[in-house]
Amino acid sequence: MSAFLDHAGRPIVAVTGIGLVTPLGFGVAQNWAALLAGTSGIRRITRFPTDHLRTTIAGTVDLPEEAEGAPLTATPRVMRMAVMAAEEALAESGLGADGAFPGPLMLGMPPVEVEWPHRFELARRLAPAAVAYPDLTEAATGWTALYETAAFASVGEHLAARFGTRGSPIAVTTACATGASAIQLGVEAIQRGETQAALAIGADGTVQPEALIRFSLLSALSTRNEDPTAASRPFEKTRGGFVMSEGAACLVLESLSHARARGARILGVVRGAGEKSDSFHRTRSNPNGSAVIQAMRNAIADAGLTPDDISYVNAHGTGTPENDKMENLAMRAVFGEQAPPISSNKSMIGHTLSAAGAIEAAFSLLAIRDQMLPPTINHDEPDPAITLDVVPNVARAAKVTHVMSNSFGFGGQNVCLVLSGEPG
Amino acid sequence: MAEMAQEPIWITGIGLVSAAGEGRATHAALLAGTAPPPVDAESHAPFPLHPSPMLELDRQIPKKGDQRQMEPWQRLGTYAAGLALDDAGARPLVAEMDLLIAAGGGERDMGLDENVLAALAGLPPPEAATMLNSLLAGGLRPTLFLAQLSNLLAGNVSIVHGVTGASRTLMGEEQAGAEAVRIAAARLAEGRGQSALVGGAFIAPRWDLLVLYHAGGLLRRGGYAPVFARAAAPGAIPGTLGAFLVLETAGSARARGARGLAQVMGVACEQARRSATDTSGAAAGRALARLDLPEGPLTVLSGATGLAAPLAAEREFLAGLGREVTLRAAGSRLGWGVEASFPASLALGALMLAEGLTPPALEDAEAPMTEPARDLLVTGFGAWRGEALAHLRAIPAEEQA
Repeated sequence: MSAFLDHAGRPIVAVTGIGLVTPLGFGVAQNWAALLAGTSGIRRITRFPTDHLRTTIAGTVDLPEEAEGAPLTATPRVMRMAVMAAEEALAESGLGADGAFPGPLMLGMPPVEVEWPHRFELARRLAPAAVAYPDLTEAATGWTALYETAAFASVGEHLAARFGTRGSPIAVTTACATGASAIQLGVEAIQRGETQAALAIGADGTVQPEALIRFSLLSALSTRNEDPTAASRPFEKTRGGFVMSEGAACLVLESLSHARARGARILGVVRGAGEKSDSFHRTRSNPNGSAVIQAMRNAIADAGLTPDDISYVNAHGTGTPENDKMENLAMRAVFGEQAPPISSNKSMIGHTLSAAGAIEAAFSLLAIRDQMLPPTINHDEPDPAITLDVVPNVARAAKVTHVMSNSFGFGGQNVCLVLSGEPG
Repeated sequence: MAEMAQEPIWITGIGLVSAAGEGRATHAALLAGTAPPPVDAESHAPFPLHPSPMLELDRQIPKKGDQRQMEPWQRLGTYAAGLALDDAGARPLVAEMDLLIAAGGGERDMGLDENVLAALAGLPPPEAATMLNSLLAGGLRPTLFLAQLSNLLAGNVSIVHGVTGASRTLMGEEQAGAEAVRIAAARLAEGRGQSALVGGAFIAPRWDLLVLYHAGGLLRRGGYAPVFARAAAPGAIPGTLGAFLVLETAGSARARGARGLAQVMGVACEQARRSATDTSGAAAGRALARLDLPEGPLTVLSGATGLAAPLAAEREFLAGLGREVTLRAAGSRLGWGVEASFPASLALGALMLAEGLTPPALEDAEAPMTEPARDLLVTGFGAWRGEALAHLRAIPAEEQA
């Protein structure tokens, strides 16, 4: 019995299925191979015109149905990628009949809203009359599909219907930490004994003009448009911002006892999670790293480990000058001289925002599975301020036992996960 | 599975802002009266709403710089969060306090939206798309993005009030408010932390939201009527609402000499597809099965929105309990506050229990209340989705210390 409980007497939470969609491709195999090969998924945006934009590159997932027809708006895009990731993860896990998942949905997703194509449609209904909001509202009479696209409950409702998850679907947003928060919610529900399994998904699909411009106005984005594959440069001296991206990952979380009892293959465990909010600034972490340091320490303690036990860190590593410097500082504070290697998937897939925490947790588990560290590409000129081993440019074989995955959000919400291999 | 000590969870503070005003005394008076809350039938006609009260923002958000970084939604939430902290006397706890917020989306720049549409609506799509970039890049204010991000209400509460424990922002209209309370209470009950700040905020006079809600057929047209008396024109009347609760383990509250307003006995959330085979009533029944309500007559504080279908489902569910039910509707007194609704219902419920209130009836559906309730069932049948229930219990004087 105790083999199924962790150091704190809680049920151990196993991962029995993984699904991935990123600009590097569809499915775990394609993504992981591309990641280990150091491939960049960043490209010139073709989804919409980029005239008048400072940044014209992004990581985009081009969906089959978009080859003809208009690009999807955020809600159907998020749904579509989330469904693909979940279908893959569930097929691997074999848990539950199709459409009858025996646990809740924990969904990390971006806030969605009425978008420009919808507003243009409302204006078209009014044309040539004026287009003030009261008129747009009247013109929306009876358009229930709009509500069911732009209400926050819409994505969870759709996924719950598709996969038959139990209870009320939970949608969480903690900005760039969202995907990690979704996993954390699932882990906690299993640890509390509320459920034996949870479907944790992080998904984002907001590469659209207004979202790009909003980030651009915060001076957060790389403007290195001339060579898209070289634009995302975490930890490198000439880094100039992150590259917006999108995608989805799904983890099937299951109590170890439940997974073993049904003979499921265990891909790893979520051994611990820690978080700490920052009260410093709306978009910047405290440069002293205090909240991030505490989040890392909380995660390691929650896992019942010490810093020496961590073999590799999957970085938040966005490629903004401030984040990477602060993450380096925090790593040194937590790990001292013996800091483990750290690499940033964002050098290849960009910043998948609400999906990032889940995608990077998936990659962390694959690093353990194959005993391989994915690289940080575009590492041409080392930054003297970055003193860590960032696994530059080339993947590396290594002994990987426990991985910490960092996610730090706008708004000061920081989440770290500790992922480990199957317990002996 | 390990046996975890299940700590009793108390509500030790409420921060409530509605059209009626702010704070405990105002809302106790609201409950004690029969006058409807203020109604604004003109500014967003044909949709009536319960308007925002005047707030002295400086009292809870002292730095003007912080106020400028927010739009009304985040200011209201940050303000109400501060009220709850003060009501609980919980400021010393904030560094390790959990923060669970049910968030909507922040305000858009509606003037910019209208200008863009006026300029582009008549153009061929390719040309409009190119011009859209130009107009947005030149017209969007950088700070507005932060005001729009849903998780930035939590960010502002952390910055302004120093609440820096676990922070999760949930999305999903009314049900997000219920899940926020459920998860906050569950974490405390199993010993993850001692206190949590949980709630949400909603600004009613916002065309950028009304366009969405009206598309969903959720809004009432016409004047005010109590929620169970809207058969002639079903729908919700949006009401500005900021609602936060300080939840605390009984041990933590007793150790610092804080009074509990009510004990959170349980919160249970389900979500029906609302089809013939997956009904609201069945979902509520599953939620009810996870609560441990005492036998006998039951006082219910309903979160009914005024929408016809969920209202009918709730009526049928309550009738099916097979016991005497005395109903009070939070929505008749506060309006529809979407994400803030469930936390606000709990705040009103905690007030009723702590002060032994017997609110007079506002409509026929509300039977006379002869004595204060000891247990309260709080319901939340969302306008579109979500069936949530909570059980609150009064805390006897001998258990306070």
